[in-house]
Amino acid sequence: MNVGVARGIWLVLTRELRLGFRRPDQLLQPLVFFLIVTTLFPLALSPLSSMLRAMAPGVLWVAALLASLLSMETLFKADADDGTLEQLALSAQPLGAIVVAKTIAHWLVSGAALVAMSPLVATALSVPERALPTMLASLALGTLTLSWLGAIGAGLTVGLRRGGVLLSLIVLPLAMPLLIFGASATDRAIGGEDPAGALYFLGALCVFTTSLGPLAASAALRITLE
Amino acid sequence: MHEPAAGLTAEKIHVWRGDRHVLRGVSFAAEPGRLLHVYGPNGTGKTTLLRVLCGLLRPESGVVRWGTEAIETIRSDYQRAMTYASHEAALKGDLTALENLRYAVGLKRRVADEELRATLERTGVGPCADLPARVLSAGQRRRVAMARVLAMRSALWLLDEPYTNLDAKGGELLTALLDEHAGAGGIALVVAHHALPLAGAVARLELAA
Repeated sequence: MNVGVARGIWLVLTRELRLGFRRPDQLLQPLVFFLIVTTLFPLALSPLSSMLRAMAPGVLWVAALLASLLSMETLFKADADDGTLEQLALSAQPLGAIVVAKTIAHWLVSGAALVAMSPLVATALSVPERALPTMLASLALGTLTLSWLGAIGAGLTVGLRRGGVLLSLIVLPLAMPLLIFGASATDRAIGGEDPAGALYFLGALCVFTTSLGPLAASAALRITLE
Repeated sequence: MHEPAAGLTAEKIHVWRGDRHVLRGVSFAAEPGRLLHVYGPNGTGKTTLLRVLCGLLRPESGVVRWGTEAIETIRSDYQRAMTYASHEAALKGDLTALENLRYAVGLKRRVADEELRATLERTGVGPCADLPARVLSAGQRRRVAMARVLAMRSALWLLDEPYTNLDAKGGELLTALLDEHAGAGGIALVVAHHALPLAGAVARLELAA
């Protein structure tokens, strides 16, 4: 009996999550990085809470961006190295569906985990409570968008020996709008202003990358597999 | 057990790798029940040929047909009818042998764990079913890969050096499985450096330097 696309996506998603939890060190690395970078700023600059509050959006977003970059390279690399990527590509499932499953799984173990941890960091940077919902929403949209950008970049660079550097060079410029609007949404929320405009923009970017990401990333992978 | 098999034909396959003309007009036809032994010195494009046949690599010119259709036009049907085993075992080290099979085979057809366990038993790695693949020896990994090929129940097998790392018993088992596959109307292309001790008829395809 043939396997439908939905079941195919579910299988790959569970496979990725299982693999993720068998390697907790790889899971924790970006999160610990996020924590450390955000604690370094108050130490280096000034622990005054007014100062912390002013720089919190920038620090949070830059740290989140760099932490996400850390885990991006492994998205397809591990499977390409042990030959399982070829098996997935020949599994009679559309390559796009496999990319969707892998990227969502990647976001769940990296981006979503980072979002879940961000209130802790925000409190340490004395971000007021009323700004937390906006910060969480902007980070959730931003990290998901980043995962899609990362999937495209990782698809393009998976065949290279030192693809990590090139991946950063591809993804970081594309992530600039995220950084600008994400930090601005958080900043406005901290100042008690309405962050809706910036959040809408982040939402639009997220929808855009979610709809085109699978196509672009699977096309990139197909080229690399040759 | 198998889907009704079609034949596999390749017509004048040419592949360049940079400046190197790796495959120079390779043509063959394999009808159901046929085993094809692909051999030739190192670097003559045996693996490249298999990658073309499974659709991972697009040849510069020439066409591969499954039945009467070119394989690019029936990609998912063709992939369902075909199993490719590369020269590496292609297992996730952090997953158990059974989980590896569950995810690989499960994407092609619905399959129960009991059946996968039975298949692992058949290729002699039943006791390793719940061990992570990274602790298995190279030969055991090869046997797990063999179980994966079996469990796919495809009409067409494309096997890249499947005898590597297998002990004498393992080699005999693989030979028996290939004979059985051909007897049931399947097709197999096998890259190997030694003569295949098969009972049935084997066609030979030599790739020259």
